[in-house]
Amino acid sequence: MGKYIVKRVILAVITMFLVCFITFFAMNAVPGGPFNGEKAKSEAVMKVLNERYGLDQPVGVQFVNYMKDILHGDFGVSLKTGRDIAETIRTRFAVSAKLGLMAIVVALIFGVVLGAVAALNRNKWPDHIIIFFVTLFTAMPSFVMASFLLLIFCIQLKVIPVWNTADPNYILPVIALSLSPMAYITRLTKTSMLDVLGQDYIRTARAKGVSPMKVIFIHALRNALIPVITYVGPLTASILTGSLVVENIFTIGGLGSQFVDSITNRDYTMIMGVTIFLAAIMVLMNLVSDLLYKLVDPRIQLD
Amino acid sequence: MEANYDIPAPKKRKLSLQIDPKLFEKATDEEKKQQDVMAESTTFFRDGCRRLMKNPLAVMSMIILLLVIVVMIFAPLIVPYSYDGIITVEGVRDKGAANLAPFTFSAKEQAYMDKYNVKIFPHIFGTDELCRDYFIRVVYGSRVSFLVGIFASIMVLIIGTIYGAISGYMGGRVDLIMMRIVDIIYSLPDILIMILLSVVFKETADFSSLPVIGKLGTNMVSMFIVFGLLYWVGMARLVRGEILTIKQNEYVLAAKSMGASSARIIRRHILPNCLSVIIIMTAQEIPSAIFTESYMSFIGLGVALPMPSLGSLANAARSGMQSYPWKLVFPAVAIILIVLAFNLIGDAMRDAFDPKLKQ
Repeated sequence: MGKYIVKRVILAVITMFLVCFITFFAMNAVPGGPFNGEKAKSEAVMKVLNERYGLDQPVGVQFVNYMKDILHGDFGVSLKTGRDIAETIRTRFAVSAKLGLMAIVVALIFGVVLGAVAALNRNKWPDHIIIFFVTLFTAMPSFVMASFLLLIFCIQLKVIPVWNTADPNYILPVIALSLSPMAYITRLTKTSMLDVLGQDYIRTARAKGVSPMKVIFIHALRNALIPVITYVGPLTASILTGSLVVENIFTIGGLGSQFVDSITNRDYTMIMGVTIFLAAIMVLMNLVSDLLYKLVDPRIQLD
Repeated sequence: MEANYDIPAPKKRKLSLQIDPKLFEKATDEEKKQQDVMAESTTFFRDGCRRLMKNPLAVMSMIILLLVIVVMIFAPLIVPYSYDGIITVEGVRDKGAANLAPFTFSAKEQAYMDKYNVKIFPHIFGTDELCRDYFIRVVYGSRVSFLVGIFASIMVLIIGTIYGAISGYMGGRVDLIMMRIVDIIYSLPDILIMILLSVVFKETADFSSLPVIGKLGTNMVSMFIVFGLLYWVGMARLVRGEILTIKQNEYVLAAKSMGASSARIIRRHILPNCLSVIIIMTAQEIPSAIFTESYMSFIGLGVALPMPSLGSLANAARSGMQSYPWKLVFPAVAIILIVLAFNLIGDAMRDAFDPKLKQ
């Protein structure tokens, strides 16, 4: 176990380093520096500026400096607005995190419940209905879902107000973000539940006369949930990438829409900062879900 | 008992089995019949196809996909509009034909039809904000999405299979190193890297001279590059795992002990046995590539204008969603239909071709 943790942490660190490396050198390949504005500055001014910000040093040294700053939580300033990137990420991510956590909770609860219901009613109508919608939702990109929800509920029916910062209505964005991961969790739970229900110890419990509810909740569901843990990492990744478009569609000022804005504005330092930040969350969640999985079920041999 | 002279008496040799023919009798006709082959023996592929055809959902999806493909191929030949041209009436650009509803005509077109008493080909999906026929744009968008999906999955298939096969078959230290590389690539956040590379290539690289792909734009090239760099790892892991288990089988050992070469073992025993997994994975890769393409197009890193893709059409339709909702609905439904059909076929293929799921 200890060996596995060490191995897994090292892998996560290497991945993160690689992400920073790719990000830094990719952005370095873009022509033009931060001071190439509309007005051409004289050579002397440029030289002073470059010296001041360490841009006259070799790329390798710049990279080391950048890594040092990031480890201290300093992502530099935005090319376009001049604002501190770490500060922007902090304020914007507060909105995104709230939305994302809600979506994760909704996806997990509904996914597990629907998956269990489908498994318990195998080949009956609840199963068929659930699987129909699950199949439909997995074929729907998040932006299609979000646009449709906006079109139907905000514009056509006018039952839910359009997003405004003063009085945010989280219902639609959360639904848009959580539907497709929910569909995956439902599938996953259904398969693993069917698998568990066929095990000997379930039959033993039933034969002993344990109440059906107890068999389902205490004996079956608890074990059926183990594979769901592995999906926590991909779930986070899917919600984070989904938030890029969903926040844009509902005009929510979170980190996702900030990222898309900085892509269209070609705000390179901002793109760098947000990419590294989002990647760190994804890598961390993958690590957590892998370790949890191993912890919960010691039988599993991951190597 | 009478001696049976049909079978010659055994030669009394020291090392012979010394079988006494008297103990045997001739097989009756009925018994001989048992040796007859009642049904033609099927191959693995034919058997899988038969199962696939028994699945109504899969057959329906195939019919839908076939219809979509037929429309994609023939619609541009029949519909007299182009995906990037403004509608013209009598050689004059019709500026009034913007954002028409499906099956309606602009004032100019109506006047033209009344004047000459002819029929103009209808705008089946209406027109877009730049007076272009929307149906043909959706058709071209589907073409782009389709091609991207298929090429990306073929790329994943080739790279992943070769890498996984080498790693799995070699084993030992080579396998260890190759799999560590896969582990690292697997944990990279692929969408973020794709966005990053698209942003960079947009500024630095020029692929417009490339034959087909150049027309799709730099973003598509970077998408393919990222697919080639990152997305094959799933396939590689799968193929490696499959080969590792197949290698353990007795029939591989038997082939080896009979002196079969590595090439023959891979060709005759290993590849046919992991073919099903590879086919299923490839089928499932197509919708995920279509998803990624539409996602990238939606955040503005997709195909180059004026080439449409389903994602970029849906994105463009957002601004006029209130007044022209159908412009969003058509490309969105097209994506859902294509992805749904591929998903269902992929699932059905898994059920049909995976020997472990046979009942």
